Formats: sequence, C-alpha cells, structure tokens
Amino acid sequence: MNDFSSALLAALALVLQLDSDLAEIVFLSLKVSLVAVSGAALIGMPLGAALALFRFPGRASIVVFINALMGLPPVVVGLAVYLALSRAGPLGVFGLLFTPTAMIIAQLILVTPIIAALTRQVIDDLWREYEEQFCSLGAGPGQRIMALLWDGRFSLMTAILAGFGRASAEVGAVMIVGGNIDHVTRVMTTAIALEVSKGDLALALGLGIILITLSLVVNGASFLISETARRNHG
Amino acid sequence: MDRNEAKSILPLEFRQVSFEAGGKRLIKDLSFRLEVGARTIVIGPNGAGKSLFLRLCHSLIAPSSGKIIWHGAHGYDPAPFQAMVFQRPVMLRRSVAANIGYALSLRKVPRRERPERIEEALRMTGLNRLANYSARVLSFGEQQKLALARAWVLRPQVLFLDEPTASLDPAATHDVEELINTIHQAGTRIVMTTHDLEQARRLADELLFLHRGRLLEKSAATAFFTKPENDLAQKFIAGDLLWWKRGEDNRKQISEGTTK
Ligand SMILES: Nc1ncnc2c1ncn2[C@@H]1O[C@H](COP(=O)(O)OP(=O)(O)OP(=O)(O)O)[C@@H](O)[C@H]1O
Ligand SMILES: [Mg+2]
Repeated sequence: MNDFSSALLAALALVLQLDSDLAEIVFLSLKVSLVAVSGAALIGMPLGAALALFRFPGRASIVVFINALMGLPPVVVGLAVYLALSRAGPLGVFGLLFTPTAMIIAQLILVTPIIAALTRQVIDDLWREYEEQFCSLGAGPGQRIMALLWDGRFSLMTAILAGFGRASAEVGAVMIVGGNIDHVTRVMTTAIALEVSKGDLALALGLGIILITLSLVVNGASFLISETARRNHG
Repeated sequence: MDRNEAKSILPLEFRQVSFEAGGKRLIKDLSFRLEVGARTIVIGPNGAGKSLFLRLCHSLIAPSSGKIIWHGAHGYDPAPFQAMVFQRPVMLRRSVAANIGYALSLRKVPRRERPERIEEALRMTGLNRLANYSARVLSFGEQQKLALARAWVLRPQVLFLDEPTASLDPAATHDVEELINTIHQAGTRIVMTTHDLEQARRLADELLFLHRGRLLEKSAATAFFTKPENDLAQKFIAGDLLWWKRGEDNRKQISEGTTK
C-alpha cells in the first residue's frame, strides 16, 4: 500500500513536470495512432460507403472479411505484419521492421475494419432513408456518396474516435512489430508492460494516468458529438 | 433546366402496366394516358396502390410487365423535368434552406441563382422564419411544406404529390391547396393522391379511382362526382366501401366492381 501510494505520487510528479522521457513516449504514441487512424479513415470510409451503396461481385466476401478482421486479436495482426516486414518477408527490402512506420501499419490494419464496418452501417441506414428522395432528385453515385458522408458526419466522427481508441489502447501488435525500443518505438502501452515487469511502477502509473485521461477525452468527445447531432438534427 | 427551356415531356402513357413484389401483383394491367394541362387526383382506399402508382409514374420503380412511355419522340430523359413529394417527407440532416439548395445543386442550377430561388420557395411556403433551422426539428406539417418547396423550386413540368396535406391543420391545408393551384397555374402538371374527398372536389380536373391495384375509373371531376361509372367508386365516394360489406359481394365484384 505504501509502495503503491509513493509510486502514485511519483507518477503524478512525472506527469505534472512533463518528464522528458514520458513526454517523448506520449508524443510518439499519439503520432503513431493519429497517422494510423487518418490512414484508416481515408481507406475505411470510402470502402464502407461503397459496400453500403453498391452491389458488386465479391461484396459479401469483403463484408465477412472485414467483420472477421474486426474481431482479430491484435497479436495475430502483429504477427502477420512482422512476417511481412521481416527480412525474409515480401516487404523485407524496405527495412521497416522495428520502426514507427511498422507500428503505424499494424494499427492501420487493426483500425481500418472498424471504421469501414461502422461507416457501412451509418451509410446503409441513411441510404435506406434517402434512397427514393435522391433518386427523385437525380443524384449520381459520386453526389450520393458525398451527401451521405456529409449527412452522416456526426456518426462518422464517433466511428473515427472509436478507431482512435482501439489504436491507442492496443499493445500486442505494436510490441511485436515495433520491438519497444527505447527512444525509437516505445509507446505508452508497451512502456507500461515493460516498466511493470521491471518493477518501475512510477513511470507505468504515470503513463496509465495519461491513457485513462486520453480515453476519457475520446469518449467525452464522442458523447458531445452525438449529443450535438441529436439536438441539432433529431 | 427549367420547364420553359424544353418542350413538354407529356403525355405520359401506361400500357398494360403491372407491378409485382413479394410474390403479389400489386398493380394490375394498368393502362391510361396523362395529357397536358389538368390536375389529376388519385383516390382509393388504403393499400389500393396509389403510392405505388406515383412511384411507377416517377420511375422510382420499374414495371414488372407492360410499358411506361413519356412523350416518346423527344428522345431526352424525362426525369429532370419531374419532381415528387413523398407521403413521408425525407429531410436531409441540414438546414431548411440547405435542403432546398441541395435540390437545386443536383439539378445544376447555377450557384448565383440559388439564393434567390431558395428565398422565393421559402416565402411561398411561409417557411422563411425557419430558413436556418435544421430541417429535422421541424414539425411534420412544416416538413411537408418544406418538401413541397423543395420540389417546386425545381420548376418541374410534372409534380407528383403523395397525400401532401395528410397531416396538416385546416389552415395549412388551405395554404397548401392555394400553393398547388399557384403551381398549376404556373404551368406545372399536378398529379396527386388524397384521402380527402372534399379536397378532391376542390382541386381535381380529372379523377383516377384505384382499388386493389386496378384502375377502375378515370373521368372528369364533374362527371365523377355527379355519378361515377364504377359501382365501387360510387360506394367509395358515398363512404360505403367498407370491408365488412365486401364479403357480401362476389369475388369478381370485389376486385373490379361493375361499370355501367
Ligand atoms: N415492396 C413491397 N412489397 C410487398 N408489398 C408491397 C410493397 N410495396 C407496397 N406493397 C403493398 O402494395 C399495396 C399498395 O401500397 P401503396 O403504398 O401503393 O398503397 P396506397 O394506396 O398508397 O395506400 P395509403 O392510402 O395507405 O397510402 C399495399 O397493400 C402494400 O402493402
Ligand atoms: Mg400511399
């Protein structure tokens, strides 16, 4: 108990003083997850919209594949990316293993299915409601997608935040492909895993506090977005 | 594209049109012509196929058999010259003005002309006060007026209206009827459904009576209301087309009535 409270105090001190090691780790975590989520949104949103709007051969298999990917344990994704990026792997020549880029790729693969699946749901619901009106007004395929993405903007923002939540909380995949190298690929979750096993509770707790705060901020933002949407657009 | 820039897409002709869904024939062998000019009102009991009929006219659904032909000779797409107001208004998650603006942008009305036309449509429907509200917080009646504004702003040659006053109060109903007359006088062909026989009397030049997917009668309004030819239509306007009385009739008569 005494151990724990002194560790907690030390952790708070680290956070409040903006300890440089800690800041570096936090900064890298945010950078990796933000880039991964942006990429996932750029791929996942049009993909999800296309799956909702168009009927094409192979559509059903893609939907099943995406849903399967959503439930995949991150370590498995990590393993797959590791094999692809390792020296002997198909992408080995790029020498990306144990770099932040490798972690971005892993998180991108984890988050894209979530954003695509949620987007598909949002756009599908909206389309059911709008279809006849849009056909009546003569909206072409491109105009439909743009209008639906815009009208679904609040739900889509929460989908992106959900993706960010999954990316920043994930540990297994980035541990495998990043290697948790100090000053290079050490992010919050992998640092916590390491520091706890070393017995340095202060840094682990400090990072834990930041992760909890981040999660609260993300979920708070989600909540505010849906409230605004409800209030403004019923 | 304005109504005035093109020749009329009318007449519209149905040739033996049937529509099936879920294994049922919902529209049965419907043939008729929609000529230039008049206001056509479609009446018939719930489930008669009135909404399906409007959807067929507006090419939202395709006939299972038969042909629907818009003034064949022109060779251009009639869709941009039509508009429709649905029984349940569909409001985009945008402001009232933006809902109208979006319709204009889809019909490629130049950007600089839009504000004026939006303004005019809002003024006509008395919605100016609500221009910046989100369309989805409007009352059902206000949404119905907005749907009418959004359709009218396109200056269609033909306007399909599916029970446009079904949930309006008497004053608003009166307003919308005036509006429909204004639109008609400006040269737009009106085709609408209603359950309100008094409204049909007030607005109709021509009546279509639908019953269980069949067009049982098409006649001029005065003739129809003096004495419909079809006996089911007669019962309908007398308020006598009641389901518990139908059992007494034979099968043929239930679905087609008799025409003298
Ligand atoms: N997609 C569909 N599949 C199966 N049945 C349908 C479908 N669409 C409509 N129907 C049926 O067709 C019939 C006619 O429907 P429609 O909506 O045209 O009636 P309506 O005359 O407009 O009725 P109301 O006055 O209640 O609006 C109804 O019995 C309806 O249940
Ligand atoms: Mg109907």
